[in-house]
Amino acid sequence: MQEVIPYIINGISAGGQYALIAIGYTLVYGILRLINFAHGDVFMVAGLIMVYASAAMPMYLAIPLVLACTVALGFVIERVAYKPLRSAPRMSLMISAIGVSYLIQNLAFYLTGGLAQSVVNPIPWISDNIEVLGASTKRVTVVTPVLTIVLVFVLVFLIKKTKIGMAMRAASRDFETAQLMGIKINRVISVTFVIGSFLAAVGAMLYFTNYPSVSVTSGAMPGLKAFVAAVFGGIGSIPGAVLGAFIIGLCEEFIKYLGYTTFSDAFTFALLIVVLCVKPTGLFGEKVTDKV
Amino acid sequence: MKKFSAFLLAMLMVCSLVACGGGDTNSDDNGEKVVKIGVYEPQTGDNGAGGKQEILGMQYGNHVQPTVDINGETYQVKLEIVDNRTTAENGPSAASELVRRGVSIVLGSYGSGVSAAGAKVFNEAQVPAIGVTCTNPTVTAGNPAYFRICFTDPFQGPALASYAKEGLNVDKAYTLAMLGSDYDQGLVKFFTPAFEKLGGSVKSEDFPEGTANFVSYINNAKDAGAGIIFAPVSINYAQLIIEAAASQGYEGVILGSDTWDNNKVAEATVGKNVKVAVTTFYQEGADAEFDAGIKAWINSDADAKANNGGNDQVSAVTVMGYDAYFVALEALKKAGTTDAPAVLEALPSVTYEGVCGKVVFGAEGDAVRDTAVIKQANPETGAWDFVKIQQVG
Amino acid sequence: MNLKKKQTILVAAVLMAVLIGVAVLDAVFPGYHIIIKVVKKAAVYALVAVSMNLLNGFTGLFSLGQAGFMMLGAYTYAIFSIPVSMRAMVYQYFDGGLVQFSIPEFFSGLLGESAGGLVGMLLALLLGGLVAALFAFLIGLPVLRLKSDYLAIATLGFAEILRAFVQWDKLGPLTNSSNLLKSYPEFKMATTYVIVIGLFITVIVLLVNSTYGRAFMAIRDDEVAAQAMGINLAKHKRMAFVISSFFAGVGGGMLAMYMGAVQALSFRSAMTYEILLIVVIGGIGSITGSVFTSFIYVAGVEWLLRGLDSGEFMGIVAPDIFKNGFRMAVVSVLIMVVVLFFRKGIMGDKELPDLLKKRPGKAKKKGAAK
Repeated sequence: MQEVIPYIINGISAGGQYALIAIGYTLVYGILRLINFAHGDVFMVAGLIMVYASAAMPMYLAIPLVLACTVALGFVIERVAYKPLRSAPRMSLMISAIGVSYLIQNLAFYLTGGLAQSVVNPIPWISDNIEVLGASTKRVTVVTPVLTIVLVFVLVFLIKKTKIGMAMRAASRDFETAQLMGIKINRVISVTFVIGSFLAAVGAMLYFTNYPSVSVTSGAMPGLKAFVAAVFGGIGSIPGAVLGAFIIGLCEEFIKYLGYTTFSDAFTFALLIVVLCVKPTGLFGEKVTDKV
Repeated sequence: MKKFSAFLLAMLMVCSLVACGGGDTNSDDNGEKVVKIGVYEPQTGDNGAGGKQEILGMQYGNHVQPTVDINGETYQVKLEIVDNRTTAENGPSAASELVRRGVSIVLGSYGSGVSAAGAKVFNEAQVPAIGVTCTNPTVTAGNPAYFRICFTDPFQGPALASYAKEGLNVDKAYTLAMLGSDYDQGLVKFFTPAFEKLGGSVKSEDFPEGTANFVSYINNAKDAGAGIIFAPVSINYAQLIIEAAASQGYEGVILGSDTWDNNKVAEATVGKNVKVAVTTFYQEGADAEFDAGIKAWINSDADAKANNGGNDQVSAVTVMGYDAYFVALEALKKAGTTDAPAVLEALPSVTYEGVCGKVVFGAEGDAVRDTAVIKQANPETGAWDFVKIQQVG
Repeated sequence: MNLKKKQTILVAAVLMAVLIGVAVLDAVFPGYHIIIKVVKKAAVYALVAVSMNLLNGFTGLFSLGQAGFMMLGAYTYAIFSIPVSMRAMVYQYFDGGLVQFSIPEFFSGLLGESAGGLVGMLLALLLGGLVAALFAFLIGLPVLRLKSDYLAIATLGFAEILRAFVQWDKLGPLTNSSNLLKSYPEFKMATTYVIVIGLFITVIVLLVNSTYGRAFMAIRDDEVAAQAMGINLAKHKRMAFVISSFFAGVGGGMLAMYMGAVQALSFRSAMTYEILLIVVIGGIGSITGSVFTSFIYVAGVEWLLRGLDSGEFMGIVAPDIFKNGFRMAVVSVLIMVVVLFFRKGIMGDKELPDLLKKRPGKAKKKGAAK
């Protein structure tokens, strides 16, 4: 039993990181029906900003800066690349998302000189080593799931109780009707992107404290896995995305524990395909009625 | 029709560019004779940092010896540097770009996969290429145009195995390599039988590209009771593996291959309780005069210093790059012409006493090497310390 | 002269011009020259882009598994065409590997060196296509029931799973696991590439213009209406998927030829995205657009814009700006401009003969699709 503990701790921590990204996917998909392929890259950019900011300024300035820049990036992406395509077919929107992802990666490649940037100044305290149930680990692995749960509760509260939250729910239920009801749809969508990017930035700071190296493609795999988690939990549902993320994180580490390391990524995709074919709406998804 | 005329216009542009593309000559504007040496190295991607350090050695060589006498005439040596982006699919076009620029000989690349990918182009064009630190045997095997001045994996794998078994007294090894990287996997394939022959046992695992979370791999190594983790991976993953090993409190030694010989890797151990050892080609201090010279040069050039990872510690790949540059000059002298096929013909018989030892080409164009330097990272200084000279057996 | 006749002449003229142009390039430049490399790679990309267009543009199935099918084709081609004498070297860790014959060698023995080699290589390519098609058939069974973006993500997932299997050590005797497959024969001349790919694309064009092609387009435009017209949705979707994957597999085999060495790592999802973006720039639903854009894109990225990475471009020397990665940054900005502002791409859904159709009084208007 003792030997399984490190895998469980690590799996929960990985799940927390995926959850923070997955929420961004699920919120955007809920409203726009768009797989925001660029979301993983926004996550990567947050990591890069953290590398540069933490080297240049004290941590209490660097962290707000990372959050602000990432949120701004998410906002700009939506305004520039998705808003003009509001009435276009969904395929165009998705192609635009792929294009943005390609653009961000190439720009980051240019600016970093194509080299992985190591985090030389990690966030103190959470990067210390501690012992949990006899297993040595970094403090961030424990902090991540806790922080994730706290943020999810705040978010759920926001969506259930505030006016903008109600607007978001209305927009995800029926885009056009919500518009007719006087909801400023562009504002709602922007808020969605802002929330998604904010959580991705928090996720990036935790993730890259844990694995202190940011390369141009660092966001691709976590992004895809977080998306799988969102689908697994039922895309559009926040609790679903979070639960899905923890399940994926744990499964992945468990696969490694069993020694099938070759298939640790492939397994995630296999899981996705099985879910899509057996229960396309995921664990908590609403019934999809629209014909696409 | 408008689009059609745009199409025609575009074709015309392409054709005109083709026309200007051909005008490469061997003389400078001011009438000086120029010989071009191609540098086929990654500057971006997973191996970008290593490739840059290797280029550094060539640039220093060029700084020390900017001219070469070929057949009684003095030529300026010009380095033509092309980025192959670490990956095999970008290899052929980068290689043909070098050929197009009219190079007489090519140096590189750091990383075996991309070297093998470019090899075919060099062979077709009959341009000789000298592998500097690509250690996988497939690079030169079956390719008469590719040579190599470093040791190969059939030597390096057993050398590491001997060090692990006899130097560190370890019975159980855990190997970790990237899925899809022929360099990583090849080295593991040579390490494993050698280690088993010495009486040890090996557990092998691999990770998919883009992995950042190595915690469970380290735990697998711990569960297997492995006294060493042998991970011949690229620099970026090396840093992450060290980080994970430190956080999991892994007590054995992490053994790296020649790719790990980089300042960033040594620096990643600073302040952590990890033991890291690598095999490599050269250790600072072996040639004091050379060290002093290159350090002064690196410190005088901001770009060079940045490419070296921000300090003046000399990596073995840099020294190998330096040696390769001079081997190329020897080949040019011997050929007595800048004509690439003639240089190719002259190259096999070239011998050169380099900073990293004597270069003599054997069968398949591989240099005859039978020693490797083992060094370990010092977690206090963030530098590499010499351990021993390793031989096989 | 009526329109139909003019169109035939135009198509014939363009094809002849391309063929002669490539033959001239072959005669003038040596095989390792960058221009020949560009033509070869562009031709391969053209085939793959057209195959993707068949699925995404003509049938409206948004699949992102192209790189996976190309990988299957590339591996099949390489595995079955490496000369037997080379196998010990290539499969150095696997005792020479499982397969111990080579299709091109077999036919060389039968029909003579050059003709037999060519036949063998073509057959190995077709075999690669068939393997890709077989996998597409199997994958299609569960996946094709999914709608648009779910289909996209599922096919992307399958491509990644296939890649993991190819790299799996246990399959090493067949696939050489993570190690390069190399030393297989290739078409020496760019002309051969262009002719072979031209033939394959012609087959696709004929298919698109057949009743099947019309059924595909009906499905794209409105599934419900298509079904009401008596089109079997499942059957036609599966057919489009399998056929598209077949050509992707053939294209993959030819990409392997071009690269000289294959490794599963090359076929990551980024390759699919690249091809998708070529299709989009060319115009979704236009074969001419895909082909034309492939050539422009490959020539630009691999060759003409290289200066953007190395300090000097079109006479402007600016090493601080024109450094590594600038080329791709510029290309991706251009792609975004097309995606956002010229949504129809270069050709929209028009084909080469359509260029003669609409000429309202030879009115010359500037702007729009420049």
